[in-house]
Amino acid sequence: PLTKYVTAMSSASTTPPSVDKVDGFSRKSVRKAKQKRSQSSSQFRSQGKPIELTPLPLLKDVSAQEQPELFLKKLQQCCAVFDFMDTLSDLKMKEYKRSTLNELVDYVTVSRGYLTEQAYPEVVKMVSYNIFRTLPPSDSNEFDPEEDEPTLEASWPHLQLVYEFFIRFLESQEFQPSIAKKYIDQKFVLQLLELFDSEDPRERDYLKTVLHRIYGKFLGLRAFIRKQINNIFLRFVYETEHFNGVAELLEILGSIINGFALPLKAEHKQFLVKVLIPLHTVRSLSLFHAQLAYCIVQFLEKDPALTEPVIRGLLKFWPKTCSQKEVMYLGELEEILDVIEPTQFVKIQEPLFKQISKCVSSPHFQVAERALYYWNNEYIMSLIEENSNVILPIMFTSLYRISKEHWNPAIVALVYNVLKAFMEMNSTLFDELTSTYKSDRQREKKKEKEREELWKRLEDLELKRSLQSDGIIPT
Amino acid sequence: KNNVNIKEIGPGMAGADSDDSLYPIAVLIDELRNEDVQLRLNSIKKLSTIALALGVERTRTELLPFLTDTIYDEDEVLLALAEQLGNFTMLVGGPEYVHCLLPPLESLATVEETVVRDKAVESLRKISHEHSPVDLEVHFEPLVKRLASGDWFTSRTSACGLFSVCYPRVSSTVKAEIRQHFRTLCSDDTPMVRRAAASKLGEFAKVLELEYVKSDIISLFTALASDEQDSVRLLAVEAGVSIATLLPQEDLEALVMPTLRQAAEDKSWRVRYMVADKFSDLQKAVGPEITKNDLVPAFQNLLKDCEAEVRAAAANKVKEFCENLPEDSRETIIMTHILPCVKELVSDTNQHVKSALASVIMGLSTILGKDNTIEHLLPLFLAQLKDECPEVRLNIISNLDCVNEVIGIRQLSQSLLPAIVELAEDAKWRVRLAIIEYMPLLAGQLGVEFFDEKLNSLCMAWLVDHVYAIREAATCNLMKLVEKFGAEWAQNTIVPKVLGMANDPNYLHRMTTLFCINALSEVCGQEITTKHMLPVVFKMSNDQVANVRFNVAKSLQKIGPVLDSNCLQTEVKPVLEKLASDQDMDVKYFAQEAISGSSTGLFMEKQCALFPLSKKCFRDTWLPKCFVQLFTKQTILLFILTPNLPAEPSCSVYHHLLNLSLGSHI
Repeated sequence: PLTKYVTAMSSASTTPPSVDKVDGFSRKSVRKAKQKRSQSSSQFRSQGKPIELTPLPLLKDVSAQEQPELFLKKLQQCCAVFDFMDTLSDLKMKEYKRSTLNELVDYVTVSRGYLTEQAYPEVVKMVSYNIFRTLPPSDSNEFDPEEDEPTLEASWPHLQLVYEFFIRFLESQEFQPSIAKKYIDQKFVLQLLELFDSEDPRERDYLKTVLHRIYGKFLGLRAFIRKQINNIFLRFVYETEHFNGVAELLEILGSIINGFALPLKAEHKQFLVKVLIPLHTVRSLSLFHAQLAYCIVQFLEKDPALTEPVIRGLLKFWPKTCSQKEVMYLGELEEILDVIEPTQFVKIQEPLFKQISKCVSSPHFQVAERALYYWNNEYIMSLIEENSNVILPIMFTSLYRISKEHWNPAIVALVYNVLKAFMEMNSTLFDELTSTYKSDRQREKKKEKEREELWKRLEDLELKRSLQSDGIIPT
Repeated sequence: KNNVNIKEIGPGMAGADSDDSLYPIAVLIDELRNEDVQLRLNSIKKLSTIALALGVERTRTELLPFLTDTIYDEDEVLLALAEQLGNFTMLVGGPEYVHCLLPPLESLATVEETVVRDKAVESLRKISHEHSPVDLEVHFEPLVKRLASGDWFTSRTSACGLFSVCYPRVSSTVKAEIRQHFRTLCSDDTPMVRRAAASKLGEFAKVLELEYVKSDIISLFTALASDEQDSVRLLAVEAGVSIATLLPQEDLEALVMPTLRQAAEDKSWRVRYMVADKFSDLQKAVGPEITKNDLVPAFQNLLKDCEAEVRAAAANKVKEFCENLPEDSRETIIMTHILPCVKELVSDTNQHVKSALASVIMGLSTILGKDNTIEHLLPLFLAQLKDECPEVRLNIISNLDCVNEVIGIRQLSQSLLPAIVELAEDAKWRVRLAIIEYMPLLAGQLGVEFFDEKLNSLCMAWLVDHVYAIREAATCNLMKLVEKFGAEWAQNTIVPKVLGMANDPNYLHRMTTLFCINALSEVCGQEITTKHMLPVVFKMSNDQVANVRFNVAKSLQKIGPVLDSNCLQTEVKPVLEKLASDQDMDVKYFAQEAISGSSTGLFMEKQCALFPLSKKCFRDTWLPKCFVQLFTKQTILLFILTPNLPAEPSCSVYHHLLNLSLGSHI
């Protein structure tokens, strides 16, 4: 059709251009219909032979003495892993395994006396065979968890039941950690943690529960688990910026921090300052920010003395170009300020309010608005009031300027309220600042000019040196 | 601590030159401490200037201690600092004093942020070469040891990159210590450190004596290659390649092959991917015999891997692998082992695999020769030309030149045309853009007749595409076609159609006419431009849309150099002057720009520039560029060579010159 259009145009070349009513920017590209959810699995595909499982009787159909033996046999059968990318293969056997797993789930929930010592290694083996696998590469080249649909695990019909079974097993009244710890060891936990990178949110949800149970029941593994989570986070922050399970791990940590004994160990403080704070720098912060902020506040409630390093850390990593993140930071700061002790507040108020003053005058109205909302918070207001002689001079310039210049009327209105509040708080200081506003600006300008001149002189000097070294100007 | 120091020193003491007393360190350090990060960053980036002002001694005794103490800053600032310090040797007084730079760099090498740390290591590596052997043992090596046994993983990670630069130049006792440290880091508790060690293993092996490569490195390599984390194992693959190049042929089988074979079958696809990605290097490292016996079956497996990512990486290497096969058995191996796998990949389920293959498959034709190409490869090319994924087709088309040399493009032209037409109308504009870029090449290979008959209409259709980038590329394409086929061809086939669009009701299309004229006037020459294009441009100066009018001004400026001066004065100037009084401010601006714009205006005042030029200036690249610009803009240059000036530094001419060089021309 385009070709026709052009030839038509050249034949009509004598007619003068008509009045421009044609919209030059026609939109021809139409968004494609939403793709169906993608599936993937990286179970090493069994190449070749179909899997044959000999059907066994139901557990409830055999006598109580025979049950443990049959239970083990069923566990062994469930070690067989099927290829779910091939939807047509082994249909019968897949269904058989599914029903067997279902039966096992029910069995561990209701039965008593089934957990013999021999069962432990078999359970762990069955779980390991099924869940431990190298996760498949992401379908889209750059998987963006905020935009793209996650790739779902194709073998979920079996995997879900295995997880379900494992959780019931861990929660079972007969479960004895002292026996299980021989099989649920560091290596097991390490592999479990790697699975948190799964793109499938359903799997991560199960993993969260599993890890939580293991952390709760195996005291000997706790330090190890914390250290490995540490490593995962450090790699995530400084090496890959990619790990799907950060929010889930943080959620577990939130409850772990809650249980820390006081005084906090150096290890825990280091974790806060060197791992949790740097987590704020990651691009995909929005995906786990709520959980992260919760962890931070947990720490501060445990030990208020950590407030200063935390706030200084946040200020150091303050986002400079991403307004969305800035809003998140401001939200987190408010959560921190909600629990801050007045003695701690005094320690960080200067750098803190220098940043807030910058936020208030941000041209992005959401940032400015979020910062100005602090003045609606009664506790924060009371802290500001107590320290108005320090905070008011820091805030004044921004507020004064914004009240005249900001493009967004809502912000201007908010600023007026804040200025009014300050005026009521400390009218003497307020009047003083108003009257010196102009001369302060001039002094700043003068300083700026001096800086420029200094650098100009320095550059002259450098040029002279380079000319001298070339022998063009005599020394 | 530093504050006190600074105040005591006060102004008037800086540097050796009396002139430099204008720069008290207090002022300078204030700049480095400015509250505004941007200003602080600017100051750090000019740290060399500050050091210059201070002179070498005060840089050593005052500036560097200050920097070492104030390491806590924004990463952005630290990064700039780490970079600066790598080039600071002369500013602290030369190699004799280079070790003064170590303390600040050591702190920077322990920072959390990876980019800062890496930059600090890079700078440390750089200045390590400037240390004398004695200084290296007294100052540098102890630093490496401190880092290697640091508490936090960051310093240990940084240490990994420093072993190889000091190892060759220290005594044998120290060498033994360094080897021991490296060994410890390879089995570090944190995977971050093991990764750093694994990534430097190959580099370290290169500086080691062969006996230690065999005794130490191999066992480290084997251990890292079976690490519990796949992120460590995959880094060992690359090290394996480097190690293989160091060992004599007879040791390869026993020392590295078992580990490499295991990597090629690793349970993690990332490791297998790495093997595929490094396959050509590996092949070169292990030589023809092992290639024949081991690598061929391994390569087949990678081409058939269950993960698409791995298959794509392997597919990418098909041509290189085949090229580097030993000549005596090359054809047999390709025909019996590789080609069957390649055939399967042509109909792979994953488009990345197919497009990786398409980007190299044409290269096989030169290796296999005419007959094999026609019999075995041509069907594959044709199948890929019909592939559903545009990228696959595009990759085939973009590599046509390889086949052209072997069997000629005509063999393909039947299938080529539908493929090109379909790509030309693809819904994704990036695909259309890509095919446009190959048009000139295709036109050259297919000849003017074929082009006029089949492709010309496509090229014209792109001019009215709804995406600007396509229209822009289309105009550029026309220019390249005219370069190929000549001005006469242009006048007969392209120009009428382009000029016809000047009457289009859509102003975007009318502007396209102007853009085409901009691109074509030079290649078409003065006659066609004056006779055919210029009248149309003039006519468009009355367009109702301001965008068209100011583009007329821009076009006139652009084609001005092609026209003769009489035409410029009598015809172009009046039109521009009329536009310069347009009611639209943009039209006015561009017309004014075209008449007498500061650098490119057609009728601008003659200018005079003074340039004092140092020898260094002549070496800089900006200068030739600057000259060309100035000459073409009809500026007269006046050179004054400074050696001819009076020798007293107080001479006022000399000050003027300096000021001039900082400003622009007058």
